Amino acid sequence: MSVQAWTFVIVGLTFALYIGVAVWSRAGSTRDFYVAGGGVSPLANGMATAADWMSAASFISMAGLVSFLGYDGSVYLMGWTGGYVLLALLLAPYLRKFGKYTVPDFVGDRYYSQLARVVAVVCAIFVSFTYVSGQMRGVGIVFSRFLEVPITTGVIIGMGLVFFYAVLGGMKGITYTQVAQYCVLIFAYLVPAIFISMLVAGTVIPQLGFGGTDAASGEFLLDRLNGLHDELGFAPYTSGAKSRLDVFAITAALMVGTAGLPHVIIRFFTVPRVRDARISVGWALVFIAILYTTAPAVAVFARTNLLATVAEQPYADVPEWFEKWEDTGLIAFDDVNGDGLIQYVGPAASTPNELTVDRDIMVLANPEIAGLPAWVVGLVAAGGLAAALSTAAGLLLVVSSAVSHDLLKRGLMPEITEKGELLAARVSAAVAVVVAGYLGIDPPGFVAEVVAFAFGLAASSFFPVLILGIFSRRMNREGAVAGMVVGIVFTAAYIVYFKFVNPAADTAENWWWGISPEGIGTVGMALNFAVSLTVSRFTPAPPEAVQRMVEEIRIPRGAGPPREIQA
Amino acid sequence: MPIPKPDHDHDTSRQAHRDYWRRNVRLLSGLLVVWFVASYGFGILWVDWLNAVRIPGTGFPLGFWFAQQGSIYVFVALIFLYVWRMNRLDEEYGVSEEGDAS
Repeated sequence: MSVQAWTFVIVGLTFALYIGVAVWSRAGSTRDFYVAGGGVSPLANGMATAADWMSAASFISMAGLVSFLGYDGSVYLMGWTGGYVLLALLLAPYLRKFGKYTVPDFVGDRYYSQLARVVAVVCAIFVSFTYVSGQMRGVGIVFSRFLEVPITTGVIIGMGLVFFYAVLGGMKGITYTQVAQYCVLIFAYLVPAIFISMLVAGTVIPQLGFGGTDAASGEFLLDRLNGLHDELGFAPYTSGAKSRLDVFAITAALMVGTAGLPHVIIRFFTVPRVRDARISVGWALVFIAILYTTAPAVAVFARTNLLATVAEQPYADVPEWFEKWEDTGLIAFDDVNGDGLIQYVGPAASTPNELTVDRDIMVLANPEIAGLPAWVVGLVAAGGLAAALSTAAGLLLVVSSAVSHDLLKRGLMPEITEKGELLAARVSAAVAVVVAGYLGIDPPGFVAEVVAFAFGLAASSFFPVLILGIFSRRMNREGAVAGMVVGIVFTAAYIVYFKFVNPAADTAENWWWGISPEGIGTVGMALNFAVSLTVSRFTPAPPEAVQRMVEEIRIPRGAGPPREIQA
Repeated sequence: MPIPKPDHDHDTSRQAHRDYWRRNVRLLSGLLVVWFVASYGFGILWVDWLNAVRIPGTGFPLGFWFAQQGSIYVFVALIFLYVWRMNRLDEEYGVSEEGDAS
C-alpha cells in the first residue's frame, strides 16, 4: 500500500472514532456543555488537558524548532511544561473550589465589577481566536501534504468535524474526544521516535538515545552533532546563541502564559472535587511530558539525519521525500555556486548557504528521512490532525461560553432560560467554528506572528489578576483593572511596535534590556503585579462578602459533588 | 451537600483555617524555590557552568540535560509531591472533601 493509501485509511479510522465518541457523549444541559457535568475523572481530565494543550505547534513544529535552535529551543520545552507547576500550586484547586464555568466568571465575581468581567471576556476571545486560526491552518497543511487535497478543502473537512462534536457535545463531547485524540497523537509521536532511536542510537528509549552513542561512528551523538555544526558554520548545538536574559524572559512568559490561558484553566472546572483538580494537573503534565521529553530527542536525530543526508550531497541524487517537500515550497534549494552540490551551511561559514528548510516539516518529514514504513508516515499525519483538532475544539468552547455565559447570561440577558442559554452556546460555537475556518483558509498575514504572542498577552493580563485574587484578600477592583490594562497595553504596544510598526528595528540592540518581543510578557506581568498592588493600597478594600469568598475558596471542603441541572 | 458540623466556636475554626492556609503557602513556596532552581537556575542561569560536567556514561552536558530533560522530570515530581502533602494537610485540618463526596 502507498503512503497516501495508508494515510487515508488511518485518518479515516481515527475520524470515525472521534465521531463515535461524540455521539456517545452528547450534552444535555448547560452544565454538561460548559464543564462536562463536572464529573470527569482526574485521569481522563489529565489526558484531555494534554490533548487540549498540545496543539499543532507542539506536535508538528516544536521538535523542528528545537532541532534548528539547539539549546535555545529549551525555552519551549521548559516554558510549555513549567506552567503546570504554577497551575497545580497556585490556581487550579482554588478556581475549582470557586466552582463557576469560565475564567471571566471568576474575574467578574472576585472583583465585583462588570468592567473587569468585560475586559476578561475580550482578552479570552482575542487570545483564543488568534490561537485557533493557527490550528485550522495546521489541519490544512497536513491535509494538503499527505492527502493531496487543496488546503481549503482540508480546512473545511476539519471544520465539519469540529463543528459536529463541539456544537453537539460541548465540553462533554470535547473531553471524551480529546481523550481519544490524546491516545492517537501520543502513539503517532512515539512510534516513529522509537523507530528512529533504534536506527540512530540503538536504544528503544529516545530520551536516553540522544545522550547515547551514534550507532554508525560510536561517537556520542551530541558530540558528533556539535562537530558537524562546527564544520558547517552553525552555533554549537548544546550551547545556543541567544542572550541568557532573553532565554530567561521567554521561558517565563511561556510558563506564566500557559497558566493564564483560559482554555487550559477551564479544564480543571470539569472534575468533581478540589483534590481531583490538583492531581489532574499532575496527570496532565505526565501525559504532556511523555511528548515533551521525546521532542528534544527527535530534534537531535532529525538534525543529524538531515545534515548527513543533504549536506555536500549532489542535488541530482536527493531522495524522493526531498522532491515532495520541494513541491510544497517548504524546502528550497538554490545552487548559488553552480557546482551541483547542496551547500547547507551556517552563518559562520565562508561559502553561501544554498538550502532553506522550513522548521515545521521536521516531524512530518522525519519518518521519510529515516526511511520508515509507509504506515508510520500515515500515522504521523493522523497524529498531527488529532493535535490540531483537539486544541481547536477546546478554544472554540472558550469563545462560545464567553459569549453565551459571560456576555449574555451574566451580562446582557440575565433572565435567559437554561434552554435559551444552551442554544446560544451552540449557535456561538457554530459561528466561532466558521470564523476560525475562514481565518485558517485565508489567514491575515499577522496571525502566525500573533499566535506566539498570545502567551505574553495572557501572562501580562490574566495571570496576576488570578493569583492576587486568590492570594491577596486586600486586592480590589481598582487594582485589578488598572493592573490588567497597564500589563496588556504595555506588552501589546511593545510587540506591535517591533513586529508591525517598525520591524526593521527588531534586533537585540534596540530591545529594552535585550528582551525580545517573545519575552516581553514577563516584564508586562511584573508591571501588572506592581501596579495592582500599588493602586489597591490607595483605594478602598473590597466588600466584606468578597473577602469572605476569598477565605472560602482557600479551603477545599464544600466544593460539592457534581450537580445535574437538566435542560 | 453534607450537614455542616455544629460550629460552637466560630473564631477557632477561622483561626484553624488561617493556620491551614499559612502552612499551604509555606509548602508551596518551598516547592516553587525548587521549581525555580531546577529550570531557571540549572537550565539557564548556571547552564554554562554545569555544562562543564557530563552525566557519566552519556553524551549529555549537565546544564543542557537540565534544560531539555531534567527540569521537566522535576516539574512532574513537584506536582505529585504537592498533591500528597496537601491531601494529608487537608485531613489534618479536617477540611478535606471526604464528607462532601458521600
